[in-house]
Amino acid sequence: MKNKQRVLSSVNSEFTTTQWMVLKDKIGRAWYRFRRNSISITGGSMVLLVILLAILAPYVTPYPQHAGAFTDFLNAFQTPSKSHWFGTDEIGRDLFTRVIFGYRISLMLAVIVLGISVPLGVILGLTAGYFGGRIETIIMRTTDVFLALPPLVMALAICAAFTPTIERAMLAIASIWWTWHCRLVHGITRSIKTEEFVQASWVIGDSHFRIIFKDILPNCMSAIIVKTTLDVGFVILIGAGLSFLGLGTQPPKSDLGTMISYGAQYLPTKWWPTVFPSFAILFLILGFNLLGDGLRDMLDVETEGI
Amino acid sequence: MKFSQFLIRRLLYSILVLLGLSILIFIIARILPGDPARLALGPFASKEQVEYLRHNMGMDKSLPLQYWNYIRGLFHGDLGLSFQTRRNVALDITHYLPATVELITMAILWVFVIGVPLGVLSARYKDGWLDNTSRVIAFVGVSVPPFVVGLIGQLVFSYVLGILPTTGRLALLTPNPPTITGLLLLDSLIAGNFDTFGDALKHILLPSFAVAMTGIGQITRITRSSMIDVSSKDYIEAARAFGIPDRYVTFKYMLKPSFIAPMTILGLSFASQLGNAFLVETVFAWPGIAKYGIRAILRKDFNAIMGVVLIIGLAFVMVNFIVDVLAGYIDPRIRIQEETIEE
Amino acid sequence: MGNKYILEIRDLHVHFRVYEGISRVIDGISLYIAKGERVGLAGETGCGKTVTMKTVMGMLKIPPAIIPCGEVYLNGRDILKMSPKELLQIKGTEISVIFQDPMNALNPVFTVGEQFYDVIRFAQQRFSNGGNLSRERIRNKMIAALKEVILPDPERIANSYPLELSGGMRQRVLIAMALVNNPKLLIADEPGTALDVTIQAQILNLMTKLVEVKGISILIITHNLGVIKETTERVYIMYGGKVMETAPTNVLFRNPRHPYSQGLLSSVPRLTGGEIAEGIPGTVPDYITAPSGCRFHPRCNYAMPICAQKEPPLTMLESDHYVACYLYAKQGGQNE
Repeated sequence: MKNKQRVLSSVNSEFTTTQWMVLKDKIGRAWYRFRRNSISITGGSMVLLVILLAILAPYVTPYPQHAGAFTDFLNAFQTPSKSHWFGTDEIGRDLFTRVIFGYRISLMLAVIVLGISVPLGVILGLTAGYFGGRIETIIMRTTDVFLALPPLVMALAICAAFTPTIERAMLAIASIWWTWHCRLVHGITRSIKTEEFVQASWVIGDSHFRIIFKDILPNCMSAIIVKTTLDVGFVILIGAGLSFLGLGTQPPKSDLGTMISYGAQYLPTKWWPTVFPSFAILFLILGFNLLGDGLRDMLDVETEGI
Repeated sequence: MKFSQFLIRRLLYSILVLLGLSILIFIIARILPGDPARLALGPFASKEQVEYLRHNMGMDKSLPLQYWNYIRGLFHGDLGLSFQTRRNVALDITHYLPATVELITMAILWVFVIGVPLGVLSARYKDGWLDNTSRVIAFVGVSVPPFVVGLIGQLVFSYVLGILPTTGRLALLTPNPPTITGLLLLDSLIAGNFDTFGDALKHILLPSFAVAMTGIGQITRITRSSMIDVSSKDYIEAARAFGIPDRYVTFKYMLKPSFIAPMTILGLSFASQLGNAFLVETVFAWPGIAKYGIRAILRKDFNAIMGVVLIIGLAFVMVNFIVDVLAGYIDPRIRIQEETIEE
Repeated sequence: MGNKYILEIRDLHVHFRVYEGISRVIDGISLYIAKGERVGLAGETGCGKTVTMKTVMGMLKIPPAIIPCGEVYLNGRDILKMSPKELLQIKGTEISVIFQDPMNALNPVFTVGEQFYDVIRFAQQRFSNGGNLSRERIRNKMIAALKEVILPDPERIANSYPLELSGGMRQRVLIAMALVNNPKLLIADEPGTALDVTIQAQILNLMTKLVEVKGISILIITHNLGVIKETTERVYIMYGGKVMETAPTNVLFRNPRHPYSQGLLSSVPRLTGGEIAEGIPGTVPDYITAPSGCRFHPRCNYAMPICAQKEPPLTMLESDHYVACYLYAKQGGQNE
């Protein structure tokens, strides 16, 4: 037994050095291709811009206090001007500031939702795909039920159960979202499961846990990365939709969807409370979609759906 | 496997999924905090009245029993009473459903009429100006929230240009056509009422396009990539080598296999359009089932929520079923593969 | 240029523009095929055989391919100078290809019958004297063609999807499709390579019988010398985009002159005798920075200084037997 362990560990350490070199090479090449692909670059820059703005929000915005509860009815509905780039809303708050802070909320939403649902979905997908049998059936049938409704509708239905807040909305979306990643990973796992290198590991006596994380998971990574990037846009879209319908953030917090919904009441004369947040959200989602698409081209991945 | 076997399997599967969905929503809705009976009657109702309503609604029975009663009622077409409208939910649904059906049908039309040709041409003239333009359109299509499309559309076409109306299905003064199908476009055509038809068309143009935007983007992109994929396949080269003219090769031998990929997306696309409908109906005050559903959710009208969810679930499952069947029809590999997996 | 030959390739050069430079995949080959002849083109994988095939069929994508010089005459007409319309007319009717991989050469979403129908139909449309054949006539033609390739129950096959047929059956269907419009020249790219050896033997048998009966010339492109031996009358040995040796098949197998040919033949394992098969050390050359002079010289046991400097000319040893090698350049004298 001891000898086997010693042999295995020496094999493994050699392995990891080579693996490390291969990985570095892969990353280097991928970066090279990334740089040459204008779609990724455009998307990446847009995303980077938004993230920076969001992180530095209190410092880059002219009126950070407008982001929360603030009223200044005298200045309400100012048209876009030098002092208020995007104009002001119905309570007199600077729209540019609120948009940037709105970005914060959108990004936070995406991070939390995906932070919960992706690992959950991946683990369940790996489990279902690898172990098969009853477990697989249970997990996959559950995903089918959750996917029986379009995501927005499902999120709405779940939101129906609670009083609307942004956190509850996030949970609602997350509770659906894991299904996509579960399906994705499940599909990949099933197709790789029969490959020889997996069987080789099994023959050596690797534990299930090891096989899953050493052999199968790395092969899913590109697909997961691409899908997650594309998901950000989608999740933000759904979040905005929920807010627009009144089921997300509540005022005075400034979520882009809520802003648009409030602003829509004052169309067409006061167009800026609607138009600027709209373009802002389009910019964000477009950025992530471009980035995700570029990544997909780069990593040469096929994902389910778009 | 025979086609009929394939059909039956898919059918059973769909029913199972619907059942699961109904259980899920039932549980979620029944667990909701807040008392629907109290909400319906208002804060001034007495405790006895609330209890009475609860008993009437059957909410004092155990959960599984309630579910069983509900399912039983389903088979009789009874979806319970809506708390808001005090009407039979089933009645409500038949009242509001046609509007949404019309909306989504138009949207699907948009998607096919614009999306598919755009994708095909995009692939044929790859890297040309048409290709680049359509790719941009497609990207924006999937990235823009549908309510934004709706709002901006209203801004541009209704307020600025003034050529399209903002809300509703018909102008206030236009008379409704006789209700045959509930689909205004169809009904007015059947009745020969062309003015009404024109008006209804103007009203549905913008909302349906807003709903379709995402789908157009998706279908264009996948049709394009599918065509490009297929064009490099051996059998296309072989067809050319056998002397089949180029146009024939493109529009017959490349097109059919290229449709398989968009087919798999179709279910997803329909899903996105159903979702979009919820947002667009709100923007355009479109009296459809989505708007009804949202009101139900905000007011915690439990029966209405169940009704809407089931209808939408049914529609979705049906569409997926049709898409699966179509895919199996177009691509014989799918049918045959299913069989081999069974062994 | 008389119509003596069905196919005549003269000094063909085909280059590809790639990222790293120009890849000179075919660097001056000449070959000819007479009426009814069975000629083989043999060489290792990557020596330019498939590119040759594509050039002859007019299937090269230009760019990235460039044909700086050379002529390819099919029945006296230069293929390289033909317009796409003219090319379309000859495909399938004067010259046909049997593709390497039967699994992928048929469109999976159409039945065999549908595809076959189109192949016949479009050929018919081009013949002014044939006129448009009726559906029924076309169908009969198709069934007859399927029968010729010894497919049982041709009706059922015509109504089947390619997925439902075995590899051998698909290959037969492809042969039928290639022959149905009576081409004068048939090109077979690695025939049967994708199939079981036994099936491959059947297919090769079938092919040779059919072309003999119909008087069709055939060009068999393969890396498999066994196939060459069984099916061809004359063979060209290709290496690094050039012809190294050409001779009647039995002559070549008996007495290979070029060191490369000798290496090839000795690397085929024999069932009898005690010899161990030897390979040829080294790998195929890089077509962008090809070896100077004779492309084979880095791997050749008999290499001389001149081999690295100048390309050896094709020297005639006997009638129909030519070698491109300095070992023989002094003897004989005539070049082609």
